[in-house]
Amino acid sequence: MVELDAAAWSAIWLTLKLASLTTVLLLVLATPLAWWLSQTRSRWRAPLSALVTLPLVLPPTVLGFYLLVLMGPEGALGSLTTALGWGTLSFSFGGLLIGSIIFSLPFAVQPIQHAFEAIGRRPLEVAATLRASSLDAFFSVALPLARPGLLTAAILSFAHTVGEFGVVLMIGGNIPGRTRVLSTQIYGHVEAMEYSQAHWLAAGMVLFSFLVLLSLALLRRQGGNVLR
Amino acid sequence: MITLRLHLPRASYQLQLEVELAGRGITVLFGPSGSGKTSVLRCVAGLERAEDALVRIGDHVWQDERAGIFLPTWQRPLGYVFQEASLFEHLDVRRNLDYGLRRSGKGTDRAARKRALDEAIELLGISALLDRRPANLSGGERQRVAIARALALRPQLLLLDEPLAAIDVARRAEILPWLERLHAELALPMLYVTHSVDELSRLADEVVVLDQGQAQAHGPLAEVMTQGALPALIGDEAAAVIEASVSAQLSEWQLLRVSLGSASMLVAPRDEVATHPVGSRLRLRIAARDVSLSLQAPTASSIQNQLTVRIVDIQPDAHPAHCLLRLQHGEHFLLARLTRKAVAELALAPGMVVWAQVKAVAVLA
Repeated sequence: MVELDAAAWSAIWLTLKLASLTTVLLLVLATPLAWWLSQTRSRWRAPLSALVTLPLVLPPTVLGFYLLVLMGPEGALGSLTTALGWGTLSFSFGGLLIGSIIFSLPFAVQPIQHAFEAIGRRPLEVAATLRASSLDAFFSVALPLARPGLLTAAILSFAHTVGEFGVVLMIGGNIPGRTRVLSTQIYGHVEAMEYSQAHWLAAGMVLFSFLVLLSLALLRRQGGNVLR
Repeated sequence: MITLRLHLPRASYQLQLEVELAGRGITVLFGPSGSGKTSVLRCVAGLERAEDALVRIGDHVWQDERAGIFLPTWQRPLGYVFQEASLFEHLDVRRNLDYGLRRSGKGTDRAARKRALDEAIELLGISALLDRRPANLSGGERQRVAIARALALRPQLLLLDEPLAAIDVARRAEILPWLERLHAELALPMLYVTHSVDELSRLADEVVVLDQGQAQAHGPLAEVMTQGALPALIGDEAAAVIEASVSAQLSEWQLLRVSLGSASMLVAPRDEVATHPVGSRLRLRIAARDVSLSLQAPTASSIQNQLTVRIVDIQPDAHPAHCLLRLQHGEHFLLARLTRKAVAELALAPGMVVWAQVKAVAVLA
């Protein structure tokens, strides 16, 4: 039996940290965005909705390439962060985090948006007739009723971040301890013909992903009772 | 006094309403589906913003577009009961009841709020349901909870949008008595939207008849039932509603004698004769199809309710074979639906005094 070495543990830790932070930040960002998309009749709705969905269809390398350019010393974001004295974000954990958030955005926005749309206007109107302001009604009615959607969004964002490769490689650069996550660690093992280490990590990820999707399916099936 | 001035363009009609309501008891907004009743209610609640609108409840202006005043819904001291069950599914009954109460009690003390809630729970008979989830309630129970939730806020105006429409017929009979109880025990003014003649005649004090977004008739129930646009609009269900007082209990026959001006009628109440003491008021509904006319005092007839009436006018009815006669007895009005052939052969004309035979009287309350 092959023991997982320090490099593997470092990659696992970094992956979990990246996925957890991405999930938390995505929920905070995606919830208001999904709310706006579910409520608005603005003409910006369609273009913005398309933009949010874009990471779903683009090859991760395309996304990673543009982010790399944007974050580099010559890019808009890069010159800003350099001017602020933070250095460039490319090849750093911060850059990885931004890339992951953008890459998984549709996986967070869409379930939440669908949950808000399924609630409809009525519960919010009821809340208004019971003296709740719009903000109050959002937190006391819309969010609790959208819980299944929020949970789906969290699980999908986490799992999707764990599984990302292209974006990570483009903007992270596979630096051990800083930007080397599980997927790039496996890639490294395969490159170095270390198949047994690659097997352990790869099988672990297959099992993990299966368990995540299984729990999601079980939660969905029991729907109303478990999730509310 | 409730003053409403509302203008709202709609796909198929233009809502245009300017009315002053007495603001006491139940005002029914009556009309066919798509006549704009619900829109009126939504505008009063501020859920929709009508153009050039004025919504004034007593001395309180909720909306006056000319003066730039628009209170959002949550700042209007109203209660709203929606057509379908509108309980929050993520909260149990108790928390549903608490939801509005917790947000409304800024000026009042906790004891007063608790009392208002307890009264509402008692009034609607829902104390056994408090720990249940909305998903585990019947349609009728849900609607009773929704009414209690609105009442507990001690609103200045209660708005009810067809509260019985989404409930099956058997369960409706379960809720109507609760609504009648609200009507009898609370001074709270209510705006009640319905297209049901039964609910209209049981609950209304004042009626606004809406069609195509316009008020077709407006006034006290007894008047609107027999005059103007309503009898033609409800066709076969045309009826007179009369408030009469009990003059005797005929316990042996399970009947009540009620006085109607100089005449009297016998009626069978829904409950025990003994529960209606002499002098108490009854609301009676007499359908136009249950009234027939005779030129002489009918004798040897099984129909015992007979009174002399004066023919006020004769209107065409929806069916070309029929016409609708408006009849007056003292201060009361009745309707009779007769064939045009009968009217011609008896040579009935406005001003004539004839005998009306009333085959059936529904005792409403």
